[in-house]
This record gives sequence, C-alpha cells and structure tokens, in this order.
Amino acid sequence: MTVQVKTFGSLSEAAAALASDRAARFFSGGTLLMRAINEGDQTIATLVRVTDPSYCQIRNEGARIAIGAGVRMVDILASRDLAFLHPVARVVGGPAVRAMATVGGNLFAPSPYGDLAAALLALEAMVMVQGSYGGPQQVPLEQFLSGRERSGSLVLAVSVPRPGPDAFRFRKAARVRPKGVSVISIAAHLPLAGGRIAGARIAYGAMAPTPIRARAVERTLEGRSLDAAGIAPALAVAAEGTSPATDALASAWYRREVAAIHLRRLLLGEG
Amino acid sequence: MAKTPVQFRLNGADKAVFVDGGENLLNALRRGIGDMSAKFGCGQGTCGVCTVLIDGEPRLACLTLAETCAGRTIETALGLAEGPNLKPLQEAFMERFAAQCGFCTSGMLMAAKALLDRNPSPTREDVAEAISGNICRCTGYEPIIDAILDAASKRGGQPSGEQGRARI
Repeated sequence: MTVQVKTFGSLSEAAAALASDRAARFFSGGTLLMRAINEGDQTIATLVRVTDPSYCQIRNEGARIAIGAGVRMVDILASRDLAFLHPVARVVGGPAVRAMATVGGNLFAPSPYGDLAAALLALEAMVMVQGSYGGPQQVPLEQFLSGRERSGSLVLAVSVPRPGPDAFRFRKAARVRPKGVSVISIAAHLPLAGGRIAGARIAYGAMAPTPIRARAVERTLEGRSLDAAGIAPALAVAAEGTSPATDALASAWYRREVAAIHLRRLLLGEG
Repeated sequence: MAKTPVQFRLNGADKAVFVDGGENLLNALRRGIGDMSAKFGCGQGTCGVCTVLIDGEPRLACLTLAETCAGRTIETALGLAEGPNLKPLQEAFMERFAAQCGFCTSGMLMAAKALLDRNPSPTREDVAEAISGNICRCTGYEPIIDAILDAASKRGGQPSGEQGRARI
C-alpha cells in the first residue's frame, strides 16, 4: 500500500488536515514514521507535511525560548541560546539521525527513545498545540505526554524557561559509546537558594512508557544541600514511581537497580 | 495510486524519478535511478549503510521521504570516484584495509566525507563520533578510523570548501 503525502504551506491548514483524517500522521523528521512505513504499517494512509518556516524557528521570548517543533538536533547544537540543551542533543542518535530528528518528533518517541523529551520535562516545558479549530493552545509537557497517542492535534513548538548557569544537568547511560540507546537518561533542573536546593525538577527517560518526573526524588531533595549527605535520602527513593521496560538493552530490574547510581553521579557531577 | 515526479541533483547531474507515496529515498536511488552504492541494511535507521549526503549533511536514505528531496543536492559513494580513479578517501580505505566484506563501506565513506568537508583536521574522537551511526561487523572500526585520519592528513590542512571537496 502506498501512502498519500499532503504538503501544506501553513500550520493551520496542516492542523486541519491532520484532525480531519484519522489515518493521517504528521511527518516531521521521519525517523519514527519512516521506520513504521518501511515495516509496512498499514494504519498510515496519509502523511501531512508543512513548509511553514516558523515550524523550524528558535525564538527568544524574554525569560523563555520557543523551539519550533521542526527544529532538528543539529539546529539545537548550532544555537547559542540553546547551549544548555547541547549535552542532550549531542547524544541523540548518530550524526545522520541528528540531521533529521526533530524536537516535535522526540515528544512521540517510544521508550527507550526520547532523551530530549525527558530533558524538556525537567525544564517544565510547555507544548504549543494546534487543533482543528480555534487558536493554538499551551499544554504542560507532562500532561501532553500522558495523552500523546490520541492527541490528534499538531505540535507547533515547545517553550522552555532559560535555566540559570549550571542549574540544568543531563546524563545518559548507554551500553555503547559514542552512540547508544538509553538504559536510563536523567535530566535535572536544580535551582539553588542560599546553597540549598529549591524547586528541583528531575525527569527520567526509558524508565516508563513515556519520560516521567521523579516526584519522590524532587520532594526529598527540597531544601537539601547538593553533597553526598544531602542527597542520600533522594537516592533511596530513586526508583519510586518508575515502570521501566525489559528490552534488549536492560531488564526492568536492572534499570531500577542502577537508577540511584546514575542519579548520584548526575547530582554530584561525578564522571 | 499516482506516482509523483521528483527532480534533484545527484552527484553533479540533474535526475528525475517517479516515486510512490511514502517511498524512501533509498528505493528511489536504487530502483528508480539505478545508483546501487547506498545499501539496504535494516530499513530502521540503525545501521547507517544507506548514508548519503543531502545538501552536504549526512542523512539516512531509508528514513528520508523521497518527495522531500525535490530540488536538493544528493551525493552518494558512486560520485566519489572518477571512472577507475579513486579519491584519496577511498584509497586510504584500501591502503588501511578498512573494508572487509564491504557492505558498510559506502555508508562509512559518506559519513567520513561529511566529517572531512566540515572539519579537515579531525581528532580520533571526532572520527569515532562521525561514524558512530554506521555499524561495521568485520573490522572492529580501528582500520576505518585510521583510514579517515590518513585521508585527512593527506589533504594536509587544506581549507574546507569547494577545493577541499573536490579532492576527497
């Protein structure tokens, strides 16, 4: 079966086309959808594409940065404004994948993929979506991820606050270097107030069907200092609320077992 | 369903090909045009044997929708040699025994070309990173990395750009 490719000049036309056809999928970088098509996925009848330049723009909006859903990993790596996301974009796939894979697509990447989505979750990103009618709407990323399979709306952009210097950290554990799929990835936004952690946000990739917040860890870190004694209670609850998969890379047991080790290395800045 | 005509530049020549909806660039190159240099490995973007350059960037042809290539410039390993004359990068692969079964070689060459076009004097780490999306099950990678570093040193600090490009 062949699929029909529909290309639109504007985001609103593309969103309408997407909403009106249940067998339509939005085509961004292609690294997820072309895999399905190459495998003969019969549920995809229509691919909706957009050529609107704003889909691929990075915009400074004061304290926040809006990243168009069509911005690719290599575009993040070329942007000085997004320097805090460079350690994340650099470990997504190999060079060819990074020249194709987009921010919007990463929000739909099934576990163990989706490292960037985990990083955006720790930054409490807002997702700008466009449905079939009305204007664009902002949805918190966590809420978006919980319903991503049935959203039917078009992701336009993701907006993140600019983290303070050294406040954002990311770590990916893989079995192969430099290119490997995540056993676990951890992103942490750690604002400090008077040497104490205030409002920590921790997100895991590959520890549940979608990237998730590690709420027990966040609660336990509140008001603590960022040293071995201060983080010890947080490490004890590192695997709480996770439901990782067993796959070719690691068992669910292993992923839960090593979560605290990688969390410690991330929080203490160990290699 | 109707086929869609797509025109692009392939290894310096204008080409036109009819593609099916949802057809990937790898199929369009191999079946439509007859350029067999990019290989079909996994069809999942994992192995890198279908690596080609699109507007100078490395891409996986199996994950590229052929229709999106209209008006673009595509380079494949077939465009590297001029008849029997191999380019220095290909000769370095030969000299360093960087090809055994050869199935990954065309993808490795294109990943290496993408690197050297952008960074004429890469470190060993840069090279490992550049070919990290390309799987080789014969060589253990070391001869491939040696070959790419050899090709870079033979170019000898040549600034990147059109002139550097022509020599690779």
